[in-house]
Parts: sequence; C-alpha cells; structure tokens
Amino acid sequence: MPEKKEILRGAEIFCRALKDEGVKHLFGYPGGAVLHIYDALYKQNDVEHILVRHEQGATHAADGYARATGKPGVVLVTSGPGATNAITGIATAHMDSIPLVVFTGQVPRKMIGNDAFQEVDSIGITRPCVKHNFLVNDVKTLATIIKKAFYVATSGRPGPVVVDIPKDVTADSCEYEYPENINMRSYSPVIKGHSGQIKKASKLILSAKKPMIYSGGGVILGEASKELTEFTRILNYPITNTLMGLGAYPATDQQFIGMLGMHGTYEANMAMHNCDVLVAIGARFDDRVTGDLEKFCPYAKIIHIDVDPSSIAKNVPVDIPIVGDVKHVLKDLNKILNSEKNKLDENRNELELWWKQIREWASIDCLKYDRTSSIIKPQYVVEKLWELTNGDAYITSDVGQHQMWAAQFYKFDKPRRWINSGGLGTMGFGLPSAMGVKLAFPNETVACITGEASLVMCIQELSTCLQYGTPIKIINLNNRYMGMVRQWQEFFYSGRYSHSYMEALPDFVKMAESYGHEGIRIEKSDDVENALKEALSMKDKTVIMDFITDQTENVYPMIASGKGHHEMHLSSERELA
Amino acid sequence: MRHIISLLLENEAGSLSRVSGLFSARAFNIESLSVAPTEDPTMSRLTLVTTGSDAIVEQITKQLNKLVDVIKVVDLNEYEHIERELLLIKLVAEVKEDHDAIKRIVDTFYGRIVNVNDNLYTIEITDTCEKIDAFITTLDDRLILEVVRSGALAISLSDKAIQS
Ligand SMILES: Cc1ncc(C[n+]2csc(CCOP(=O)(O)OP(=O)(O)O)c2C)c(N)n1
Repeated sequence: MPEKKEILRGAEIFCRALKDEGVKHLFGYPGGAVLHIYDALYKQNDVEHILVRHEQGATHAADGYARATGKPGVVLVTSGPGATNAITGIATAHMDSIPLVVFTGQVPRKMIGNDAFQEVDSIGITRPCVKHNFLVNDVKTLATIIKKAFYVATSGRPGPVVVDIPKDVTADSCEYEYPENINMRSYSPVIKGHSGQIKKASKLILSAKKPMIYSGGGVILGEASKELTEFTRILNYPITNTLMGLGAYPATDQQFIGMLGMHGTYEANMAMHNCDVLVAIGARFDDRVTGDLEKFCPYAKIIHIDVDPSSIAKNVPVDIPIVGDVKHVLKDLNKILNSEKNKLDENRNELELWWKQIREWASIDCLKYDRTSSIIKPQYVVEKLWELTNGDAYITSDVGQHQMWAAQFYKFDKPRRWINSGGLGTMGFGLPSAMGVKLAFPNETVACITGEASLVMCIQELSTCLQYGTPIKIINLNNRYMGMVRQWQEFFYSGRYSHSYMEALPDFVKMAESYGHEGIRIEKSDDVENALKEALSMKDKTVIMDFITDQTENVYPMIASGKGHHEMHLSSERELA
Repeated sequence: MRHIISLLLENEAGSLSRVSGLFSARAFNIESLSVAPTEDPTMSRLTLVTTGSDAIVEQITKQLNKLVDVIKVVDLNEYEHIERELLLIKLVAEVKEDHDAIKRIVDTFYGRIVNVNDNLYTIEITDTCEKIDAFITTLDDRLILEVVRSGALAISLSDKAIQS
C-alpha cells in the first residue's frame, strides 16, 4: 500500500524542504511577499534564521558561509526592494562560482506584470548574474524546484540559483514529497576527464624543462587541494595560485612562489612569462591574472583543466584542454605520473637550472617594505596577524589595497581560509561574510581585513553580529583614503585625487561601542602587536581595530594595464633593469 | 564566418530570454532567431544565425551549452544541411507596367502571389536567405510596402536527428 503523504502549505513545504536538504542556517529579511514563509519559520526549529540588517548582508553572509564550508549558502528575501538589495551579493557569488540558493518572494501570480506593490521582475533582473533561476508557478512543483535549485547550485561549476516564489503559492497546499535524486535532461556536468587527453597532458608535463603550475579557485571549489599538492610534490615543479586559489597549495611550502597577476610576486610572474609548459588548473585566465594577452606566456604550451568547457580557450588558446572535475582529473594524472616518475630524471638538470633562475628572481624580495617605520605600515599589521594566529585564521576581506596586502602577507596553508570577492570586487563583502564564516565555525578565529571605505558599506551588520553572537575581529587598515583609487590616481592621473579622500569619517571606536562591541585605535607601529593580542584574547567579543596607517603606502609590485608579466613595476624607489 | 546553430531548449518561462540575453551580455552577433515548440511540447527548437571567428563561434556554442535549460546545441555548419527562410511581402503596383513586373519577378524567384486586392499584391517566397535578398533587391523600392522575414530555418541532411 502506498504511504499516505502529508498535505502541507507552500510555506511549510519551504521549511521542510530546507530541513530535508540539510540546511542549518538561513540568512534573511522579512517583508509582505514572504510573510507566510516567516510564519512557517516561526513554528519550526530545524532551520535557524539569521536576521540581517540589509539584504546585501544576507547574500554576503551566506556567501562567506558557503566559501568556508563548501556547503551552499541559503538566503530568503522579500519581493521588490528585498530582491534588488540582494543583487550585489548574488552577482558577487556568480563571479566567483559560489553555490547560493536565494529565495525571493514575489507578488501573487494573478498580479504579476501589473506593477503591483513591491513587484519587480526578479527572474529578469537576476538572469545575467545567476547560474539559473526558477519561477514557482504551482505549489506542486515547489519541492522539486527547491531540490533542483540545490543540485544546480552545487554541481558542476557552482553558482547562485534564484527561486522566485509568488505569495499565493506559499498559501496553497499539496502533498509533500522531497525528491531524493534529480535528473535533468538539459543539465549533466562532466566529471571524468577524457583519458586520451590526460595521457597527452602527462607526456607534455613530464617533458617540460621550465614548467609552471597555475591554479585557481576551481581547485578550492572542487575540494582538490590534496590532489593538487600531491601533483605538485611528485613533480617538484613551481606553483603559483590566483587570488581566488590561495590556500589550495600551502603558501609556506618551498615550491610555492607566491600569487601571480597584477599584484603577484615578481618570481611568479616571471616564471609565467618564461615557462615552456603551463598547467592551468581550475583557473580562468582572468585579465587581472594574465596582463596583456598579447604578451601572455609566449613560450609555453598550455594545458587547461576545468569543469566548465566555456572557460577553456575563452581568453587564451590552449594546447591540451581537459574538461572535467579537477579532483578527478588530478587523481587520474597523479596515477600516471606516479608510475612514470623516472622520466623526470631526463630533465633533472634543466629543472635545477629553472629553480635556480626562479630563486634569483625571488631574491629581489619584491614584497619588501619599510619595517622600521613608526607610522603603521599596513603590511606589518597583516604579517603580525598571520604570526599571532599561526596562519590558521579564516580571513575575509573587502576590496582595495588592504585586500591585496592580505593576499600577499597572510600565508594561507589551507583551502577555504581566504574569503574575498575576487571576480566582482565588491566593497562591503568583508564584514557580513566574516559573520557567515563565524556562524559556520564558532570555535575558529575569524578576522576581516578591510579599509575604512569598504567597512562602512555594510556596517549595519554589526547589529547582526551582536544578536547572533558571532565575535569577529575587524582589522581596519585606515589610511583615510580609498587607497586603491588613490594609488591609481597617483600613478595614472598625475596625483589628482578626485573624490578619493574619506572626509568626515566616523570614530570607529565609538561606533564599535555603540553597536555593543569593542573598539581599539592603534596609531603607532610599536602598539600593533599588543593590540592584536588583546583583541584576539577577547574570544567572545567582536572588536574593531582601527589601525591608523601610512596614507602614502602603495601596493607593490604591480603590472600596469597593457603590460605583460615580465614588465612589473617594483616600487617608486626600485626599478628593474 | 556565418554559422547556423540549432538548439533544443526546455520550453519554460524565461528560457528564450536566457538565450537572447546571452548574446547581448557577451556581445555576440545574432542575425536571426526563430523558435517554435517541437512535436514534444516540453521542448522548443531554436535556429539562430550568427557571425564570428572560429574562436567566437566556439565560445557561442559553449556558452549556449552551459545554459541550464539548453538540451542540445549543434553547429549545422559542421554538417551537410539545407536552409530555408520564408518571406512575406506586400507590393503596390502604381502603373500597368508594375503589375507585369511584379508577376514576372515573382515567377522568376518561384514565389507565390497569395493575395491580390486591386493594386496590392501579397507574396510568399520560401528560399535561402541569399535568394530572398536577391528578390528584394531586384524589386523597385517604390513597389515595396512591407517586408516580413522569418529568419533562417535549417535541418541537417544526415540520417540522424537532433534529439534530447
Ligand atoms: C561597491 C564598490 N564600489 C566601488 C568600488 C571601486 N573601488 C575599488 S577599491 C576602492 C577603494 C577602497 O577603499 P578602502 O576600503 O578604504 O580600501 P584601501 O584601498 O584604502 O585599502 C574603490 C572605491 C568597488 N570595488 N566596489
């Protein structure tokens, strides 16, 4: 006899489906179109709802949660302004391929298209910045659509999925059944790489004389750090990570030669320029990484492993493309390499020369800064933070100079520890995403390295931090400028600092206090270490540390736009021959 | 180069706008687009004509494939195929010679006069896009009242069908 299924209302189906999907936290903000859902949330205890203070905060918090855990972040917002406020966060997740499922309320079905109160075409407005979106037309499809949304968001190349639910659908009832599996004829991501291509790639890899491994965020998303590390160690080849890929390979390891790209290390960029075989893994040849495409890796044969075929040969022609899940492909490659390691002996001398060359480039010490300064150098703060947290904290960031210094000076040895908006470059991301990480990992140290301009963009989430007890450490590298904008204006606009000075800044210590947190102002280098220690010791407090830093400091080294990897600018005092 | 691409699409709300949105968002060319449900009403068949270098057309097919509700993408340039477009056109004859000219040109292009109303002719032609271009340029501009074109449809001549 078939089991009798429960009849539930749409709003209850929503809650049950989240529970059945294993969702623990839901970041949201109520409004008219989602009131039935909020009523259903009130009556259950399976999913914890986190009330943010702005819908952008909800999406960033869910995003941080997803980046740190690997599980999808889940968001609920109301129709109209709730949905539009969420857009920046959705686009941020989309650019970095982060799995989010965002539920937007919608006006009742019969009012759609009538310019109803708080109506916006959420499907249309989110379409260009989601992996996929669904409009729920019938309560009978709600459970299946939720299942599909989670499946699409988390499989293949992950990304945000929006589910738009009209209010009347949440009031309708039907039998509830959550599908165990989902099969979509139009969607089946490739997992295993083509074995012929993998063979070909292994041959080329083993024949390299000046090899280079370049890995990106895809390795972290694909949980393939272990395989990447094994791959790199078998070969003893140099490796660089993109901004999104930091932590996929231990930064303190000898084979790691730093981040590459616009503010990457001199040695990583030079090795890119001069290599003869480039193995690109889960990276997408972003313009901030490649520099001028005309000058990109002129001597290299390129192997590209990626789960998304459209990433391959999009910006740069590739010699051996391998479509597949990076973890699977690397496993297959490692198997071959392990059995054919002896072939590496043939090029042992060349490889030694190559490493010698790389060490020479590295000896320039491109990340050098003035360690004797009494004015606080931002790099010093990050370095100290790294030391005091044993390189093991979760670090979120915003966008600007502070983000680059965080990436350069906090050496990430583990994946999912470095959480930043690399693709969209969204100021305001740091604080809410730190909150999301802390919710996922209440016992870990979570710090947000930010600038005074970025910090105030989502400052309202300090309230959420207090309400839900997510003690994070905010490292405000306060240079009283939109530093990155100021740097470009200094370099490319003859120092005309048009609207990049932060006038009328708040007192960040008082601000922290008014939100119920702790604030510390630090003005001298000598006080940096103690202040950090003090803040880190306040385990159950959110602390804003307002570091008054050197206003003139620039991020070096740098590849200006239109330049190649071999044309780095070291600093105002140092030029390359 | 000109490419004609055929795709099968889930027949769902918003799926067509995902295809057209992709072309505008990524600055791909789109010359024509025609779409209708298939014999299985849950799917639509879409034929589009685009131009671009090999690299661009490769990106176009990859990006189309990536859309979650696209079931299948085939670049018909890779197959032997035929292509047809439907033209509906209204012509107005002003003088006696115009009537003769219209009939003669329509005949030459294997067209059909579907309706005549005094001096107003409604004509239908099904042919390749180039033939239809040629027909229109052959006509004296003065005669043309309104032109409607369907955009190209195409089907491969192989013994296999494009299916889900
Ligand atoms: C939402 C948003 N608006 C504008 C920008 C452009 N932008 C990039 S960096 C930057 C300045 C950031 O200043 P701050 O947060 O103080 O960091 P700093 O560069 O000084 O470390 C701006 C305005 C952006 N990335 N995001």
